[in-house]
Amino acid sequence: MNPAYLFGVYQPGTTVLHRAWVGAKVGALAVFSLAVVLVRSMPASFGFLAIAVLAAAVARVDLRLLVRSLRPVLVVAVIFAALQWLLYGPVKAAETLVDLLALALAAIVVSSTTPVNAMLDALIRWIRPLRRVGVDPERVALTVGLAIQALPGTVALAIETRDAARARGVRHPRAFLSPFVIRVVARAHETGDALHARGIGDD
Amino acid sequence: MTMAETPASPEVTSAAPRRRSTATDVALVAAFAALIAACTVIGGVPVGGAGVDITLQTFGVLLAGCVLGAARGFLAVVVYLVLGAIGLPVFAGHTGGLSAFTGVSAGYLWSFPVAALLAGFLVQYVFRARRTRAAFVFVAAMAGTALNHACGIVGMKLYLDSTWEQAIKFDAPFWVGDIVKALLVAIVAAEVHRAFPRLLGR
Repeated sequence: MNPAYLFGVYQPGTTVLHRAWVGAKVGALAVFSLAVVLVRSMPASFGFLAIAVLAAAVARVDLRLLVRSLRPVLVVAVIFAALQWLLYGPVKAAETLVDLLALALAAIVVSSTTPVNAMLDALIRWIRPLRRVGVDPERVALTVGLAIQALPGTVALAIETRDAARARGVRHPRAFLSPFVIRVVARAHETGDALHARGIGDD
Repeated sequence: MTMAETPASPEVTSAAPRRRSTATDVALVAAFAALIAACTVIGGVPVGGAGVDITLQTFGVLLAGCVLGAARGFLAVVVYLVLGAIGLPVFAGHTGGLSAFTGVSAGYLWSFPVAALLAGFLVQYVFRARRTRAAFVFVAAMAGTALNHACGIVGMKLYLDSTWEQAIKFDAPFWVGDIVKALLVAIVAAEVHRAFPRLLGR
């Protein structure tokens, strides 16, 4: 099984950004993203990138994490920049590439300086006002917790089912996907029954 | 991890008591969030030259809608996005965190819950008993796919500051893969509904 499932994007540290309040970081990221998308000019793009690079330096983001996280963004950004180059010229292409880099870098800084638990706690806090429209924060927390617990088991189930199909020489994706999904649903029913037997989830 | 009993929360609204989800609903939503993550991680099929893998991510999203129905499908996809947002590497390319929400393809990601909602609504309330036949589920899956692509196009137009025509052209290459995935969703979801007839309460 992929060991990456046991570790998120978070990188432990003691920098100012690590200690900053989660809400402030996510809020700043939202404002930054809006600014990058709405402001269309070449000097501003490099200004945004400089801000993102500075934040990454302050947070001391690990280079390997940066490379791993930026790779999919970079591939897409380069392709689109090339298309922009052909269609609109080099200035717009460079602006697009720099904007996308700045956005991805800023987001990586927030994710790499915030533990999964802290981010989850913050999210549960933020949806508390939704209680008055029928959303139960405790139930949401239970669901997310169950989903996190289910991640390794579901991936293992997928690999197991896929290997079984391969062992029988079956190539059609249906032979893998249908048993996999049916087993997931059956397991979910078992989990639901177990929760109910323990009196969890009954309000 | 000790599963503490959740305290009963008092009803805030004095309106007619709304139907609260059962423990099985919670388990199904959580299980399908994990299923979408598993599909995304395992099913990556890189297409030579293109920068975006054809993953089973959209398969998982539409499947959640077609199997669980509108409300639970929507919630399952929201939980999946929450897992990625808090930093778990469940997005395409084995990445996680908030960077996926700021890229060129962010429009697709943001619209996943709504695509599942639409597909689930059609399966649950429009096709009803006919959901055990793949042809009808396929229509629902294609509706979800179309909505997802429309939102993706809007996202690309905003981020790339291009014309509508250009954004549509950027989106076009991915239709073939998504139609194949909609077919797979239809086949698998119809079989699941035959295996669990009471999954959508009818």
